[in-house]
Amino acid sequence: MNTDLSLKEFKKGAWNKNIDPADFVKNNITPYEGGASFLQGPSKKTLRVWNAAKVALNEERINNGCRSINTEVISNITAFRPGYIKRDDEVIVGLQTELPLMRAMKPFGGIKLVQAAVEERGLKVSERVADIFNYARNHNQAVFDAYDSEIRAYRSNHVLTGLPDNYARGRIIGDFRRMALYGANVLIEAKKFDYVNVSGELTEHKVRLREELSLQINALKDMVVMAKEYGIDVTRPAETAQEAIQWTYIGYLAAIKEQDGAAMSLGNVSSFFDIYIERDLEAGIITEEEAQEMIDQFVMKLRLVRHLRPASYDEIFGGDPTWVTESIGGQFHDGRTKVTKTSFRFLQTLYNLGPAPEPNLTVLWSNDLPEEFKSFCAQVSIDTSSLQYENDDVMRCVRGSDDYGIACCVSYQPIGKRIQHFGARANMPKTLLLSLNEGREEEKGAQIINGVPAIPEGVLSYDLVLQQFKYALSELARVYAKSMFIIHYMHDKYYYERAQMALIDTDPGIDIAYGAAGISIIADSLSAIKYAKVTPVRNSKGLTVDFNIEGDFPKYGNDDDRVDNIAKEITSFFIGELRKHHTYKNAVPTLSLLTITSNVMYGKNTGATPDGRKAGESFAPGANPMHGRDCTGAIASLNSVSKLSYEDAQDGISNTFSMIPKSLGSSKEEQVENLVATLNGYFGHGAHHLNVNVLNRETLMDAYNHPEQYPQLTIRVSGYAVNFVRLSKAHQLEVIARTFHESM
Amino acid sequence: MALYFPLQDTEQDALNIQHPNDLRIHSLETFGTHDGPGVRMVIFVQGCQFRCLYCQNVDTLDVNGGTMVSIDELVTRAINQKDYFGNKGGVTVSGGEPLLQRSKLISFFKKLHDNGINTCLDSNGRLLDNDVKELLHHTDLILLDVKHIDDDWHHKLCGVSNKPTLKVAEYCESVNQKMWLRYVLVPGWNDQPEFVERWAKQFTGYKNVDRVEILPYHQLGMHKWRMMGLPYQLTDVTTPSTEIKERVLHTFQKYFADVRLK
Repeated sequence: MNTDLSLKEFKKGAWNKNIDPADFVKNNITPYEGGASFLQGPSKKTLRVWNAAKVALNEERINNGCRSINTEVISNITAFRPGYIKRDDEVIVGLQTELPLMRAMKPFGGIKLVQAAVEERGLKVSERVADIFNYARNHNQAVFDAYDSEIRAYRSNHVLTGLPDNYARGRIIGDFRRMALYGANVLIEAKKFDYVNVSGELTEHKVRLREELSLQINALKDMVVMAKEYGIDVTRPAETAQEAIQWTYIGYLAAIKEQDGAAMSLGNVSSFFDIYIERDLEAGIITEEEAQEMIDQFVMKLRLVRHLRPASYDEIFGGDPTWVTESIGGQFHDGRTKVTKTSFRFLQTLYNLGPAPEPNLTVLWSNDLPEEFKSFCAQVSIDTSSLQYENDDVMRCVRGSDDYGIACCVSYQPIGKRIQHFGARANMPKTLLLSLNEGREEEKGAQIINGVPAIPEGVLSYDLVLQQFKYALSELARVYAKSMFIIHYMHDKYYYERAQMALIDTDPGIDIAYGAAGISIIADSLSAIKYAKVTPVRNSKGLTVDFNIEGDFPKYGNDDDRVDNIAKEITSFFIGELRKHHTYKNAVPTLSLLTITSNVMYGKNTGATPDGRKAGESFAPGANPMHGRDCTGAIASLNSVSKLSYEDAQDGISNTFSMIPKSLGSSKEEQVENLVATLNGYFGHGAHHLNVNVLNRETLMDAYNHPEQYPQLTIRVSGYAVNFVRLSKAHQLEVIARTFHESM
Repeated sequence: MALYFPLQDTEQDALNIQHPNDLRIHSLETFGTHDGPGVRMVIFVQGCQFRCLYCQNVDTLDVNGGTMVSIDELVTRAINQKDYFGNKGGVTVSGGEPLLQRSKLISFFKKLHDNGINTCLDSNGRLLDNDVKELLHHTDLILLDVKHIDDDWHHKLCGVSNKPTLKVAEYCESVNQKMWLRYVLVPGWNDQPEFVERWAKQFTGYKNVDRVEILPYHQLGMHKWRMMGLPYQLTDVTTPSTEIKERVLHTFQKYFADVRLK
């Protein structure tokens, strides 16, 4: 490609020859090593817009979490006329629908789910739209046409859950910076160039690619149309900071008007914006207050992203999350920091607009981050509990890119270069029980796995249980891989992400992100069988209903290798099994130890386990130790989790760390220092992810009882943040019961 | 008045000498942020001869209680946590009374120093012998609790004399051992203005004192007394009022540069 971009002000590089925003950032970034004192409060305009937004948010809360639904229109990039919050004061514009927080129907993931969501609210999908689906097919329908009885059995018996087979898969991050850096015309030309180059003898792959490229080009053209309605011409590159932010947002808005994937992440835009902001500040076009105003207002838009969800969805993804994940900080391969003043400005939104779960602000933590930035992050965590941290040193080195974002909760994704297919998760404790019950589901007795021999009466033998469990895991991996193949094949066919893919390199590499829940229960269960005497208690059908445990055993979460190594071994074994199977589009398998909020639902659907956990009790979230079993304090607990190898779980190892403020130190200064030391230590041990909550349990109890008084109370759960009061009461109680580190 | 728990004078020597490779400990807190600077691994050792009426760890008194843990295991744990300690943190031995296991702590602290780990003792200064002196030599910081400046009141409050404690303080001053003084503030027992003033005057000239910490009395440890069937005598004593705390803070601030009200 050869285009004259005539952006003489910026330092040129490979980005002038290819679509390569990462190169633009590398060449033009102004790394910032200073402190937070330059930051400004919210502007008057921002406050007026935010106040109007808060009215809408309050109406949404009062109306049971949904302000309104448009039941007439199938949402896509050009659907709906422009929407505003408070038009005269908005410096960044664009809403998914015509009204703030009005939810739109995106039925190509699954019309049934949309109908359920609409009907739960006492409304009805318009006849026109319903009728369209008498003729058009959708992802959900197609997946079930291809499922076999085995997949159905695993699914209905809660061994595999949260499969994206009746909703959109999400997780694909468009490189939304491209819209700002190049403008739509250049991007369209580049895609046309790629199209022409799909030539020669045809294969199924090439035909598909041509169709995909055509869809992408159409998406770019639709973005131009949509922007034009807001009076914005995105055909050309952005020139000012305001334009760069606005153009980028148009790209993102296109994605969220068209797709309602579980996670619709943003990428890593902050330091890209900073380049334009620095230039405008230097030229005297804007003031610091105006710079902050643009970021505040952009972030405000991200806070108002909504998708239409049925109540059942809440079990897996509690609190109505959207995972507008923005990654901040990290280092370049060349040793410079990616921290800019705009990294600070993004964090400042949590003060200017108050705490909030979205966008899901993720700090890419490196040991080499500027100290002042580390301290500011710690301070923001202590004040707002709205940040999560991920190990930049590990991800950058193991995965290779220094221009990546986080998809969904915790997953690495090089921006614009590679995508990810999302794969829900497998219930490992349930699988352990299958291995102890001749392959039968422990509650109802349905035969799930064949070829599992009966376990001899009496005390369980570690070697035998391990052998049978590994066999069950290998069967689980086989069926899981099969279901993912079908799901992603059908998703591409019926609900292709043309908007995001238009902003990504043509035919990118793909990761297929499998997941596993309950690693701490597995570690403790196997440890109990190995170090204590565990005898199953069986009912008349011979199914385990409980376990008698004699003696003590090492428990995961106490920095004890005897049990921590079991967690490590099983994780390694499971990904090894997953890697053995074919994947759609030759995606590369990765694994996460992550639960979102489904740890509660998993617990409900899983019988008693050999670690002493009773039937129905919640799992620990993500890779966390089980509640109350880490009894030597927070660092021992962190150390146990840090032993899990990122190489084995490259989709992420989620850990949620809850502290009462006082246990971090007596003064604010000490608290900040100690949190920084903790993060340095944890990530220095090669750990991958940490949610940080700094809260008093009493605050949570009070919010449980008086939700109306805590509209913005934000907490981190497995891999994301939520408004506490928007979690179900069951989830709220689970969070309150969770281990709070409160040594005094 | 009889002590609520026997003194165990004869058994305490065994605690120091027997099992030279093991520490008798009550529990371990790997994220300690209140006993010394920074993030610290805090080892609560077992055994104490003070019989403080407000004791919050009454389950650490019995010199025969707790569990034996090898010093090497504790060193390994500390090394595993070193990354979290940052520039300031390290290991604190609290209790119980660490000095009852002084000879073992010498080798423990030496090993920690060999691994570049900061050492801190949280003590009530029960005794001062050559082993204690050697231990202090390997201690980066001592947190010394001086619970009352008046010996009669100290007896009433803690069951023993404050003389050894004051000797430890003096010794630390003489060898310039870095020290933080701690004062658990118990209304009606050690908040008397004249004693607070005298306490401050006693130490104001000490050049080794970097900080003074006021720890307001609380009843969080009371349930342990109930569990052990011991009579808790301070049931009616409440946590000090803001007024009392401010007054003591103000007095101390006249005499010390760095006073923290925890």
